[in-house]
Amino acid sequence: MLDLKVVSVEPLGSRYVLLQLTSDTPLPEMHPGQFAELRVDDSPSTFLRRPISIHHVCYERNEVWFLVAVVGNGTFRLSKLRMGDVLNCIIPLGNGFSLPTSPSERVLLVGGGVGIAPLLFLGEKLVAMGSRPTFLLGARTASDLVELEQFKALGRVFLTTEDASAGERGFVTQHSILEEERFDRIYTCGPKPMMVAVGKYAKSQGIFCEVSLENKMACGLGACLCCVEDTTEGNICVCEKGPVLNINQLLWPI
Amino acid sequence: MANLNVKINSLELKNPVMTASGTFGYGLEFADFIDLSQLGGIIVKGTTLHPRQGNPYPRMSETAMGMLNCVGLQNKGVDYFCEHIYPEVKNLGTHVIVNVSGSSPEEYAACAARIDALEGIPAIELNISCPNVRQGGMAFGVTTSGAASVVKAVRASYHKTLIVKLSPNVTDIADIARACEAEGADAVSLINTLMGMAVDIERRRPLLSINTGGLSGPAVKPVALRMVWQVAKAVGIPVVGLGGISTPEDAIEFLMVGATAIEVGTANFIDPTVTVRIIDGINQWLDAHGCADVHEIIGAIS
Repeated sequence: MLDLKVVSVEPLGSRYVLLQLTSDTPLPEMHPGQFAELRVDDSPSTFLRRPISIHHVCYERNEVWFLVAVVGNGTFRLSKLRMGDVLNCIIPLGNGFSLPTSPSERVLLVGGGVGIAPLLFLGEKLVAMGSRPTFLLGARTASDLVELEQFKALGRVFLTTEDASAGERGFVTQHSILEEERFDRIYTCGPKPMMVAVGKYAKSQGIFCEVSLENKMACGLGACLCCVEDTTEGNICVCEKGPVLNINQLLWPI
Repeated sequence: MANLNVKINSLELKNPVMTASGTFGYGLEFADFIDLSQLGGIIVKGTTLHPRQGNPYPRMSETAMGMLNCVGLQNKGVDYFCEHIYPEVKNLGTHVIVNVSGSSPEEYAACAARIDALEGIPAIELNISCPNVRQGGMAFGVTTSGAASVVKAVRASYHKTLIVKLSPNVTDIADIARACEAEGADAVSLINTLMGMAVDIERRRPLLSINTGGLSGPAVKPVALRMVWQVAKAVGIPVVGLGGISTPEDAIEFLMVGATAIEVGTANFIDPTVTVRIIDGINQWLDAHGCADVHEIIGAIS
């Protein structure tokens, strides 16, 4: 558990904030796909911590970044943090994505909405190991597509929006890149219908695929048994055995 | 440093602070955050004779100052506990107490008998009050005859300290407590969660998979405190108080109305170090008020 200090809070797009936090003590080692439980103080209508994916880490400056979608009162409170505030975090939690065995694997990262958050950290790790990832990011409309420059610095970026205000019109799984190119490995995070569609595509093509789930969670430590996903191994805690699962573990209709 | 030792029947606790079942895993989940040996006791997950998958997702809904859950006693069964978990938890330096549940008196008794054989487990907490299972559970805990039948069956097969966990979803909790005492319970703990509900108004359906769930957290504390006060006056056996305890002051309130020990539950989800903070806080409060022994405040309010 760490008390992190707020360096900056930057509003992004129509409903996101980017939290930049720093620690007085060295940060623990973190893996892409892992998350933190952020304590929400001074929020009378909420009670629990908020599980948020790790978006970006800078060990040299002892900084960790979170991309937060403001969806309710808890995340609204987080969006109102100010420079110098202290945010109590349990970090890191969960398992993280498994990395390619070789940098020559063709890797596709598919994100929707705030699901892009862990994919930046993953993309950075992939680039560091010599891989050149491809990103396929989707949103309802162009103003919901954030952090594009950061993604473009890491690899090719393809976009879809439902209103065609950026990239191709439609959902990520309708993007032409999926027909034009073959990938060896797909990672995805976003709304469940999107992940189901991506999982279905990957399974039909025989492509290795991992999804990052965001089931409602209380403790984040594997104690409360609230965030379970029914899998081939029975109900497992997404916070402890996930949030990243291989599509072969899931009982989804894919 | 005041003396914090308390006794639940023959079971001596180094301090009155334990963890509530279902909120602290098997303790090991919290070993990165606190020194587990500092705790008065750890009450581990609800354990049943046979493995249980629990209820479907979604199992949790946050509420104002609390949460609803309908986990439904997911656990791998008592054999798995004895074989795989017991070896890891028997030497944690604190008492590990197993919460036992079932769907018939015989099942409760059989599960308790397995735990009785484990040398390192000095007590069980009998869960006759889980609101999230269809058979058994709370059905036993809501009538005096039901509660008595389970306690009687378990008492015959279990020889160590027997704590019975009571449901608040009853007309008169003191009656249930007396029935448990009459059948040989060594202590009662209360309260389990309060039955509640939450609705997703956009989808026009309940937020929990089985519609209802148990409410816990600070929201339930005044109700819990009142019930502990009533039960402490009604029985001669020790009372263990729980329900929304999040601070040392909360714990002291429960002690003052008659709880010999307390359990911290949902607060562990927000602050994994809260138990140790509560122990330290009780100590400081006693020192600041010139109390040499925690017994000076236990039951101070009649």
